Formats: sequence, C-alpha cells, structure tokens
Amino acid sequence: MKAKVKLQVQRGLSFQDLILKLERFWSDRNCILQQPYDVEVGAGTMHPETFLRVLGPEPYRVAYVQPSRRPADGRYGENPNRLFKHHQMQVILKPAPADVQDVYLESLGAMGIQLEDHDIRFEEDNWESPTLGAWGVGWQVLLDGLEITQFTYFQQCGGVDLDPVSVELTYGLDRIAAYLQGVDSVYDVRWTKDLSYGSVRLAEEQQFSAYNFEHADPHTTRKLFELHEREAARLLDGYAKESRAAKLRYPVMAAYDHCLKCSHLFNLLDSRGVISTTERAQLMARVRQLACRVAESYLDQRYPAVRGESA
Amino acid sequence: MKDRADFLLEIGCEEIPAGMLPAAIEELQVILEKYFAANNLSTNAPVVTYGAPRRLAAICSALLLRQPDQVREITGPPKSVAYDDVGRPTRAAESFAQKQGVPLAQLYLVQSPRGECLAFKQVTKGRPAIAILQEVLPKAISEIPWPRSMYWTGMNGPHFIRPIRWIVALLGGNIARFQVGDVFSGDTSAGHRFLGKAKIKVRSPKDYVERLRANFSLVRPEDRRRKIESELHSVGGRGGVKVHPDAGLMEQVVYLNEYPKILRGEFDPAFLELPKEILITVMRGHQKYFALERKDGGLAPGFLAVINQKGDHAGVIRAGHERVLRARFADARFFWEADQKCRLADYLPKLNGVTFQEKLGSYGQKIERVRGLVRWIAELWFAEGIHEASVGGVDRAAELAKCDLATEMVREFPELQGVVGGLYAEAQGEPAEVSHAVYDQYLPAGLDDEIPRNLTGCALSIADKLDSLVGCFAVGLVPTGSSDPFALRRATLGIVRIIIDRKLPLPLSAVISKAASILAAGQKGISAGTEVERAVSEFLLDRARYAFKERWGFAYDEVNAVLAADSDDLVDAQQRIEAVRAIRRTKDFEPLAISFKRIRKILEKAGPSAQWKLSALQPVLFAEAAERGLYEAAVSVAKHAEEDKRARRYRQALERIAGLRPKVDLFFERVMVMADDVDLRKNRLTLLSELLTQFSTIADFSEIAPSERG
Repeated sequence: MKAKVKLQVQRGLSFQDLILKLERFWSDRNCILQQPYDVEVGAGTMHPETFLRVLGPEPYRVAYVQPSRRPADGRYGENPNRLFKHHQMQVILKPAPADVQDVYLESLGAMGIQLEDHDIRFEEDNWESPTLGAWGVGWQVLLDGLEITQFTYFQQCGGVDLDPVSVELTYGLDRIAAYLQGVDSVYDVRWTKDLSYGSVRLAEEQQFSAYNFEHADPHTTRKLFELHEREAARLLDGYAKESRAAKLRYPVMAAYDHCLKCSHLFNLLDSRGVISTTERAQLMARVRQLACRVAESYLDQRYPAVRGESA
Repeated sequence: MKDRADFLLEIGCEEIPAGMLPAAIEELQVILEKYFAANNLSTNAPVVTYGAPRRLAAICSALLLRQPDQVREITGPPKSVAYDDVGRPTRAAESFAQKQGVPLAQLYLVQSPRGECLAFKQVTKGRPAIAILQEVLPKAISEIPWPRSMYWTGMNGPHFIRPIRWIVALLGGNIARFQVGDVFSGDTSAGHRFLGKAKIKVRSPKDYVERLRANFSLVRPEDRRRKIESELHSVGGRGGVKVHPDAGLMEQVVYLNEYPKILRGEFDPAFLELPKEILITVMRGHQKYFALERKDGGLAPGFLAVINQKGDHAGVIRAGHERVLRARFADARFFWEADQKCRLADYLPKLNGVTFQEKLGSYGQKIERVRGLVRWIAELWFAEGIHEASVGGVDRAAELAKCDLATEMVREFPELQGVVGGLYAEAQGEPAEVSHAVYDQYLPAGLDDEIPRNLTGCALSIADKLDSLVGCFAVGLVPTGSSDPFALRRATLGIVRIIIDRKLPLPLSAVISKAASILAAGQKGISAGTEVERAVSEFLLDRARYAFKERWGFAYDEVNAVLAADSDDLVDAQQRIEAVRAIRRTKDFEPLAISFKRIRKILEKAGPSAQWKLSALQPVLFAEAAERGLYEAAVSVAKHAEEDKRARRYRQALERIAGLRPKVDLFFERVMVMADDVDLRKNRLTLLSELLTQFSTIADFSEIAPSERG
C-alpha cells in the first residue's frame, strides 16, 4: 500500500533553497553566517564557533551549516533515512533570548511550514556530549511526529558551567528537506532544481560506509588517535608554561583541532567494531579530558580577569 | 465585608517534560498548603493543583484576605513582687510594662503555674494575605523539586525545569506582585501555543480553567485524560478493531499535550509480518502511538496518534505521522533481516567484548556462570521429581540468553532485550521451551508482573538474577537507599516471586553457595566467601519479607516468626505463614505467644545456657504438679506435632501447640522458676528451654506481636 502523501509539497524548495532560506532568516536576526568547519566533526556543536564561543561572557550569535560525520550511522546508501554524513543547520544565540521558542517557530514559517496546520511539539530530550564534557537540557522538536530540530539550553561545555546560557538550535536539514519535498528517501530529495541528493552524495555514502566498516585499518587508526592526542596534550602542556604576553597568541585553537581529530578517530574505531565497552568509556574519557583542558585554556587566554574572579 | 477570596497561581513555562509533570503538580500543592498553614491563611478549602506542558497552576477557592490577629498572653513577675503591701505597683511592675511597651493600666493578674502573676494581652495584627503571598510565592516556586533543573538567566538566576516565561498570581481581583528571574507576576496567561491567544487576561481565579479551555489548553489532567479516552474509544473502535491497552503510554500522552486529539493513521499491512512486539514497541517507544488490535489479538494495520491540535482538516498531520512510521518500520524490518543473516548463537563471541560489570567481566563470562548455575538448578529439580525443565533445555536457553544484546534491534530498542532474542530463537527453529525461556528471562519486572511461562524460563530467570546478585555483593555493589544501578531489589523480588508462585523447591543457602562458588571459580581475584553469602541471604530474605507482606498480605510479625524459625525453603515458609495466620485468631495462640516471649526473657536473664542447661531433663526433680503436668503434656504434644510437621500439616501442629496454653499458664502461676535450690532451678530452666526449641521450628512465637492487650 502506498499511502497517498498529502504533505505540503513545495516543489520549488530544493535542498539548497532550504539552506538559503534559513541562512537568510538567521542573518536577518543578527547572526554571523559562518561556514562549516574544515575538520571532521560529528555534530555542529563541535565547530569552534559553538564549542569555544559559548564559553565566557561575550554575547554571540552565529549560524552555519555543518556536514556532520557519524561513521557508525552509514548504511552504504541503502537506507532511505540513515546517513554517514548529514547536514545540520546550527544556530547559537548567546545569551538565550526570552522569546527564543517563538523565533524558532518563525523560522519554520520561513521554510513555508504553516504552523497552525501541523502538530508541532517540544518533547523532552536532554543533550549530552560525553567527549566534549558538554550538556544541556531542552527538547527535540517534532513536526507531525518527525524529529526536525534539537533545541538545547547549554548548561556546561568543556566541563565549564556556562554563564550566560546559550541556546543551540540544530536543524536536521536532510530529513526536513525530504519532508518538505514529500519524498520517502533522502536520496530522492532534490538538491537543486535538477539534481537529486543521491546524484550529489550517494557515492560518498557508499565509499565512506565501506571505509568506516571495512577498510579503515584499526592499527593505523589507533596510532593516529594517539598521535593527535599527544600533540593536543603537548600544546596544552605548553600553554601553562608561557608568559602572560606569550599566552595571547598561543595556539590553543590548534590543540582543539587535534582534540576534534581524536573524537572522529574514536568514532571510526567504534564503527569498525574494534573497541570493547570498557575501552570505549576509557577512550571517551581521554577525549573529554582534552576538550576540558582546551576550554580551560581558552577561557584563561581570552578572559583572564573572569577566570581570576571565579577561581 | 468579605474576609476571603479565590487564589490563583499559574507558572507559565516552556514545555515541561511529561514524565515530571505529575509529581510537580503534587509537590506544588504540598508546598503551597505548607506556606498557607504556616501563615494562618488556610481555611477549610483545599489547594487544588493542575498542570499541562506549558503551565503549573494552583487554585484555592477561599484564602483568607488577612491573617487573623494573634493574641498572646504574656506573664510577668508574680503578684508578690509586682505589688507592694498596700497594693501599689512596684518598680518591677513598671519595668515589665515598660519593656513590653504597654501602659500599667493594661496589666492584670492571672493564675499561672507559678502562682498569681502580672500579665497582659499582646495582640499581633494579622498582615494582609497579598503581602504574605508576595513573599512566599517566589519561595514556593523555587522549592518545587525537579530531577534535573536548569538555569537560563545566568547561574545566579532562578533554577527550574525549563525557563519560566510568565506568572499569574491573583487573590480575588488583585495581583500578588513579585519577580522570578526576569519575569514579573501579573494577570496575563497564554493559551495553546498555536490555537489560543498569546495573551489572556485572567480576571478572576474562578474563570481561569474555562478561559484556558476556550483557548485550547485543558489545564486539568483529568479533562485531557477523559478526552483522550473517549476519542480512543470512538476513533479506535471503528472497523472491528480495538485499542491495544497501554496504561504507561496513556500516562505519558496525558501530560504531553495541552489539547489532545486522537488521529487515526494506517500503515502498509506488509509490515504485519514483523512480530507484534516489535511493531508495538516502535509505535509506542518512538512515536507514542497506540496500536490497534483485531478481535483475534493480532495487530491491525493502523495506529492512533495523540496530537496537540484540534483537528487535521487537510490530512497533512496524518500523512506526516504515517510517513514517519513507515520509515521507522522500514528500519525495524532492516534490523530484523540484518540481525538474522547469522544465527543467534553466532553472536556469542561478540559478548566477550560487552562488559557486564568491570570486575565481573563480560557478558560472555556471565553466560558461562549462568549456564553452570542453571544446570545445577535443573538437576536439583529433576531429582525432586520435577521434569518440565530439561538440563539440555536450560543450558541452551542460557547460552542464547544474552546474544540479542549484540543485535541491531536491541541496540535500537534496548527495552526489547530478551524479547528479541526469544523471537529470533523461535524464528530460527529453537524449541518453544528454549525460545520462550529466552523471551521471558527478565520477568517478572515488578511485584505484580507475570513470571516466565515455562519452568525453563523460571530456572534461567532465577540463575541470571542470582548470578548478578551474588556477583554485585562480592564486588561491593550492595544496593543502598538511593542507589541500585543493577536493579538488584527488583531482581531479587523476582527470584522470590518465581519460587513461590511456582512452588519450587530451591534451598536458598545451597543455591547461593553454588552461585558463589561458580563465581569464584570463573572470575580471578573475586572471592565470594561466607560473608558475602550471608549478606546475599539476608538481602534475599528482606525481599521475601517485603513480598510476603505487600503481595500476599501477611502480617509482618507472622512473616518474621516463620522466617526466624527456618527460612531456607520459601514455599514451605509460605505454608507455615498461612498456618500461623489461620490460627492467629484462636483463643490460645496469642497468650501462648506472650508466654513464649516471657520464657525467652527468663532464659536470657539466666545467663549463658552452659551455666544451667542440663544434658537431659530429670523428671524426678519435678517438685510441683504444674511442672510435671507441663512436661508430660509437652512430651505428648511434641510427638504428635512432629508427625504433623513432617506431613506439613502445620495448622494441626500449631493447634496442638497452642493447646498447651493452660498448662503453661498453670506453670507460671504455680512454679517459681528461679528457685533457690540449684538443681530445681536448672531443671526448670532446661524444661523451658526445651519447650522453646521444640515448639519454635514452625514459627518463633516470641516474634508475634500481641494484637491487643486485654
């Protein structure tokens, strides 16, 4: 049985149109439009524009698309909903505005969703990233039963209590596009007017699924993890030893890049199925330790007075 | 003038998690009642609290507008000090008046326990309720306990479950003005997020519920429940199907919506080839849909979603929900097929990489232990003439029991562990004895839940739980009041339930010993010695006591009396408790129990038994007819009671023993136990001591609490 799909099919809104609409919407609301980070990340949260910017007292508003890699979620392009790499539209509003839920709902309107015709719901979903030492509380936003956004009030990041509190909106672009276009498979989403998502991305999904599940060499991957971990730790150790003046231009951000590498390599080892649950917890703790040290050094570097007061 | 008015508090909040609302609604009531009582504002009208995702509300239909004045009599110096010989106030009286700030003329004399004293009435004027509300309401709001609260205006701002966005606080037509974080209280509420007005002026607490209803927010949970139930019935009952009942899901959806509406959707009947359990779990777990059942118990290709809307005129919502479910089912089908590309047993090696507990090793190791234990249990039952669980069957069931932990399906739906293994085992041709045992291994999940349907499942469930119990105790993971991460309380209750429901012979000390020795043999560096065994045994008996009381309704002292006598065989213990309960109300029993308590005290006072106990009673030493009479009666009763006991005719045995009461009474009336003559004394003490041991093998009567003292 093929149910007659009576969605609000908007044949005009391609995948990239959707992105443009959201970028325009948030740009109009005083967000910096940033670009995706150029290191592999599992979520938009890991982009320094979120991870580092939510730390400290300065207000900040930013929006960007972040292609996010989750090696274990790959399905060789055979599953209509699961992807090794999906696209998140990430918005950070710091501090969280009092009307943030309304503004968020307006953004759905900007995509052409008539709010009053739908069943939109905020269901509890607390977010936690054990490798980033970060957590927050919030909801998943459901549109007619489909999870379209993760809505989180950040409470902690890199092990640091946040003040002010940032709100993070993470839109699942691929599934929203499939919904809006009324297609059951993400690969049938029209990326442009003429080209499908599948024609743009299928080969990548196939090849990386094969790599993540079969070809990645566990030994090499482990070695890479250790190399990046050591480099991050070396940089962080060095920071402590610098003079105040030298600290200002010290590459804490480079240490963070290596920490991100570790996080991704850990995910890769996990999808290769070569780590036991015990080792899994240990590796996550090692990445978290790096992330927390980055956060600490970043705060010290950028807001020495603030750190001094709270210490 | 009116002295009381209606009170309303509404805390407007971003969506409160459904699971936390019921408790918060109760807490708010308790907290407000506490504050109203402490400030003397309560009348007989109770505080009623409501809640919906975006609000918590409290209404009190008659709160005092002003605290009553407090009159207190303060006493000062005694009359003799306060007045001189001629009756004039002294310096003492003057300084008392001065200190209390009243003119001398307002003082008077009263009788007090100290004699006649100077006194005056201190009147504290009651404050207006609105002023008190302004002080206590912010405190009350901050006191609502939440499992995990947050802050949103900075760390020094308020903590609550989600950001508070508005507050309505009214007493009659007046606003109680206060501030929580960046929100000022007022008289403006908000309706349903999409269907109602964003600003609703509440004129009076009386019309609050109706004003909100008109704006599509049903603030009373029971209103939402009623709407859902009636629509489930009317929408779900069409076309020869009925709703699959699900009380847990109902509890969630009542608190997930401000204006619930039932929407019926359909799915491709081809998905019905998947097991019912999996389809239901997908629908309820992820989507919170009710499943539909046909008359024959099979599923119908439809579902009921509870939406937060008044309707779906364009059919858009229904199409959306159907689409999501289609994708979820497609995933489930993918897992079902992918998991079964290899056989269930092929997942065994993977279990070596899945940690059960750091010190207790992997699930692979646990399985080996459970296999050893479950075989031992099956052999024991076989020897007892119970042949329903074969040794081969229990071993196979244990081998396959945890394999599903490595499957995609259980990774996606952890709540289906066991069930998935059982379904795969069945689909792969394992005998029903084995597949049902795997399926049921986690039962019973609660005090009143079902137990495994076959004996193989019972054996597996007991062995698995007991291994966890002994293992956790051996590595120091003993449950505390606040922490029981391996749910050992529930597991142990499960063991008790299975043994008693199925009347299974299973000597506790032996099976605990066996589990401990298997653990010690299998896990290097872990010793589960007698200390651990004793602790496990005590924990188990504690759960047994709980079950006897809460599930089977026995009185605590009956349970204690029986378990104090012997607790190794729970089935036997239950029969003995029943016997005690049955004769409890007969006339001799409780007086006898009191006498036994007396005997115990006398023996304790007499010091260590080595000092007085004779190797054998010496009837020649009986000096009184009463002691000889008791002795002879006891010998005769003991003989018959022993026969009764061996035949498990506990009630008869107890009745015989209770029949000793007149003799015991006479003994205490006529005989002085602590006689001066040493031999006489020792003989009497020995008589009592034998009485106690001989007649305490069914139940220790001295544990019985007399129901009423005449």
